[in-house]
Amino acid sequence: MTEKTGTPAKRQVHLAAGVPGVNHYTVWGDPTAGSQIDFDTFEHVAKTAERGFFDYFFLAEGLRVRERNGQLHELDVAGRPDNLTVLAAVAGVTKHIGLVATASAVFNEPYDLARKLASLDHLSNGRAGWNIVVSADAFTGENFRRGGYLPYDERYDRAGEFVDLSRVLWDSWPENALHSAGADFVSRADVGDYRYSGKYFDTHGQFTVPRSPQGHPVLIQAGDSADGRDFAVRTVDVVFSRHSEPEAGRAFKRDISARAVAIGRDPESIKVIPGASVVLGDTEAEARERAREISFAQVTPQTAIALLQQVWGTDLSGYDPDGPLPAVPTTDGDDVIQGIARRHDDRLATAREWFARAEAENLSIRQLVVAATTRHEFIGTASQIAQQLDEAVQSRAADGYVLSGNVVPHGIDEFVDQVVPILQERGVLRTEYAGATLRETLGLGELPVTTSWAERRAS
Amino acid sequence: MSEHLHLSVALDGAGWHPWAWKDARVRPAALFGADYWIEQVATAERGLLDFVTIEDSFALQTGAAFTHDDRTDHVTGRLDAVELAARIAPETTRIGLVPSTDTLQTEPFHLASALATVDFASRGRAGWRVRAGGARESENFGRRETFELTLDWYRTPEGQAQIARQFDEAVDVIEVVRRLWDSWDDDAVIRDVPTGRFFDRDRVHHVNFESSSFSIAGPSITPRPPQGQVVVTALGHATVPYRLAARGADVLFVTPTSTEDAARIVAEVRELEIEVGRTLPPLRIFADLVVLIDATSAAASTRLERWNELDGAAYVSDAFIVAASASELADLLEEWRDAGIEGYRLRPASAHLDLPAIADQLVPELQRRGIFRHEYEGDTLRGHLGLDRPANRYATATAPRSASTAQNTEN
Repeated sequence: MTEKTGTPAKRQVHLAAGVPGVNHYTVWGDPTAGSQIDFDTFEHVAKTAERGFFDYFFLAEGLRVRERNGQLHELDVAGRPDNLTVLAAVAGVTKHIGLVATASAVFNEPYDLARKLASLDHLSNGRAGWNIVVSADAFTGENFRRGGYLPYDERYDRAGEFVDLSRVLWDSWPENALHSAGADFVSRADVGDYRYSGKYFDTHGQFTVPRSPQGHPVLIQAGDSADGRDFAVRTVDVVFSRHSEPEAGRAFKRDISARAVAIGRDPESIKVIPGASVVLGDTEAEARERAREISFAQVTPQTAIALLQQVWGTDLSGYDPDGPLPAVPTTDGDDVIQGIARRHDDRLATAREWFARAEAENLSIRQLVVAATTRHEFIGTASQIAQQLDEAVQSRAADGYVLSGNVVPHGIDEFVDQVVPILQERGVLRTEYAGATLRETLGLGELPVTTSWAERRAS
Repeated sequence: MSEHLHLSVALDGAGWHPWAWKDARVRPAALFGADYWIEQVATAERGLLDFVTIEDSFALQTGAAFTHDDRTDHVTGRLDAVELAARIAPETTRIGLVPSTDTLQTEPFHLASALATVDFASRGRAGWRVRAGGARESENFGRRETFELTLDWYRTPEGQAQIARQFDEAVDVIEVVRRLWDSWDDDAVIRDVPTGRFFDRDRVHHVNFESSSFSIAGPSITPRPPQGQVVVTALGHATVPYRLAARGADVLFVTPTSTEDAARIVAEVRELEIEVGRTLPPLRIFADLVVLIDATSAAASTRLERWNELDGAAYVSDAFIVAASASELADLLEEWRDAGIEGYRLRPASAHLDLPAIADQLVPELQRRGIFRHEYEGDTLRGHLGLDRPANRYATATAPRSASTAQNTEN
C-alpha cells in the first residue's frame, strides 16, 4: 500500500459494524446464528471489527418491544442489552475501536446521559460516541416517567437544548482540573459547577465527572428531514444516513456539505456514514444467489404478511404469502406495527406503488415484499466489493459505511477476512490505528470550541 | 443462619478516610481510569469476598451536610457506577459487582436494562444498591419541587413525610424493576422457523405498573438476566429504610455500634419483615464497618489519629469505625454474628492498605476459625449469598402451550 508521489492522497474508507437488535434484516433462523444478548456476541463482533480496523462498533436502540395488531411482534429478533452498559464491558475487551451508543434525547435526562457518556469516554480512554435519536412516540413513552408528550415539530428544538446542556456539563470541569501532584486533588473548589436555563431545561448543580479524554464524545445523528439535516450540520460530527446507493449518497452528501458551508462549517469536518449490506461470494453469480437467499430468509412468509399489513393498514393474516396481493385499500388504516423506526409517509401511495409493481412484474406477496424492503448495496467477490467501496468513497457517495451483518454474530467475519486486506492494499484502509481516540480515528480534528470554559463560567 | 460469614467491601475513591489518597500518593486522574478499579476488585476477588459495592451519586462528595464543602484536597468526582461495574465484569470471574444508583431521578426502565446487562456481562454476578438521592442531586434534573436543605427541616413532620414519600417511590422503583426482570420467561426465545417466530409472545409479558408518580408498560427490552433477579441491596440507618429493605431488597446493610445495638437492629428488621408481609426469602442482614487493619490495634489507632490530624478534622462516619488487628476484627465479626448479623460490608479506610489487609490477613484468620470459604463454591452472586434463582412471577401464569407450538418446539 504505497501512494505514488504526485498523486493526491486517496480518501479513506471509514467502517463500522454492530449487533443488529431489531428488524427483519437479521436472519435469526440461520444455523450459525447465535445469541442476541450474551456478552460473547458483543465481544466477538467488536473484536472482529477491531481486527478489521473499523472506526467504531455501533449499537442501535429501540426502547419498546414492537407490537403488531396490539400483540408483541414475535417475528423479528428482540431482546437487547442497555447500550452504554454493554459498551462499557466491550471497552474491556477491545483497545482501539470506537464505541458508539444510540441513545434517545427524549427518553433520557441530560444530566444522567451526559454523565454516562463521559464515564464511557473515561473507561475506554477516549473511544465514546453518541448517536442521537429524537423520536418521541407515545407508544415508547409508555415505558418512561415522562411519557410521550413531545409535539413532532418541537423534537429538534428540544434535542438541540439537550445537546447544548450536555456540552455545558462536559465543559464544566476545566482541562487539568485534576492535579498530578501536590496537596490538592482538584485545582479549584467549583469544578463541575454549572447552570443552564433554556425553554426545556432549567437546571443547576455539579457535574461529577472530570473532563473526559475526548472532551466531548463523538456525536452522530441520522435525521433525514430538512430540520434533521440542519440539526446535523449544526450539531454532530458524523451523519448516519440511509442513502446507501452511490447516486443518492452523492446527492445527500452534497446537500449536507452545502448546509455546512451555509453556516460557516468546514464540510470536511462532518462525515457521512450510511448503513449498507454487503454480500460476498467466490464469484459474482454466487454472491447474487446468496443475496437472493438472504433476502428471502429476511422476509419469511409470516414477515411478508406483517410488512404488507403495515402498508395496507389492515389485517391480512388470511392471505397466502405466495399468492397475489390484496386489492389496494381505499382508506388509510392505523399502524399495524408499533415501535418501528421508519414509517411509510404516505401509506396509500406506497400501497398503490407496491400493487402496481407486483402486477407489472408478476410477483407474489412475498416476492414483492422482498423486492420492496430488502436491499444489499454491495454484492460481489471480495475484490469487486473492495473496488465498489473504494469508488463510492472516492466519488463522495459517502465517507464509509456501517455494515449490517445479516447473521449474528459472524456476519462480518468474512468481510474482515477477505475484503479488509484488499482495501488495505488499495491504500484506503488503515493498517494500524494511528490515533488514540475515536475523534482521531475518524480524522475529525480538534473539538470545535464554540464557547470556552472560562466564558461559560463567566456567563 | 448460614455456617459461613458473608464478606464484602464498599469501594469509594482511594478508601473511606479522606487522607487515604494522599497517604497512598494516588494520582487523582487514576481514579477516573478503569485500571485503578480493576486492581481493587482483583484484590477483593483474591480474598474470595462475596461482592464489592461501588458508591455513586449525582452530587459531588462533601464532608458537610446538604451542601458542598469547598475542600479541594479531598477526592472529588465519580464515574457512573453501573458502567464501572460493567467495565470490571470481563476482568473478573467470580466476585459479585454491586453498583449504586439513585432511584428518584433515574428512569426505572433504563435501570432494569442496565442492571440486567451487568448481569449478562458478568455471567450472573450483578447486584444493585438502591439509593434515594437527596435534594442536591435532584437539582440537576429540575423536574421535582426542591426542599429546604437543612437538617432541621428534615426533622419537621413535613420533612419526615417527604422522606417517607421518597422511600415509597424507591420501593415502587424496585418493584417495577423486578417485574421488568421477570418480563421475559427464561425460555422466551424459541427461534421457531416453521412458524417464523423468534420468540413466543405468550412468554414475554407487559408489566403494566402504575404508581402515584409513574407508570410503565413493559416488557423490558432486555431478556431475563442470568440470575433471574439481580440481587437488590440497600443501606439503612432507621425504620423507614429498614421497611424499604423488608419490602423489596435481598440484602440490607445496617450500621450498629455495638453487639447490643446489632441485636436490637436485627430484631427490629425481623419484625418489620413480618409487618410488611415479606414474600422474598429473609433479608440477609450485613453490618457496615469502617476498618483500619494493622499489626496491632495500637498501630491502627495511631494511624487513624495521625490521618485525622493531617486532614485537619476527625473522620466521622455513619458506620462504626474499627481500628484493630485482623484477629481483633475477626473477634468482633464473630461476636456480632452471634447477635444475628450474617455478613459485613467493610469500608476500607484505605484501598491501598486496608483492602489488601482484608484479603490477605482478615480472610485467612476467618478461614482458620472455620467461618469463611476457602474457595468460591458458585459463580453467581446469588450462589455466594445462598439465594436460590427465583421462579419467574409471570411464567407460572402462562397459559398452556397450544398443540401446534408444542409440536414446533420439537423441530
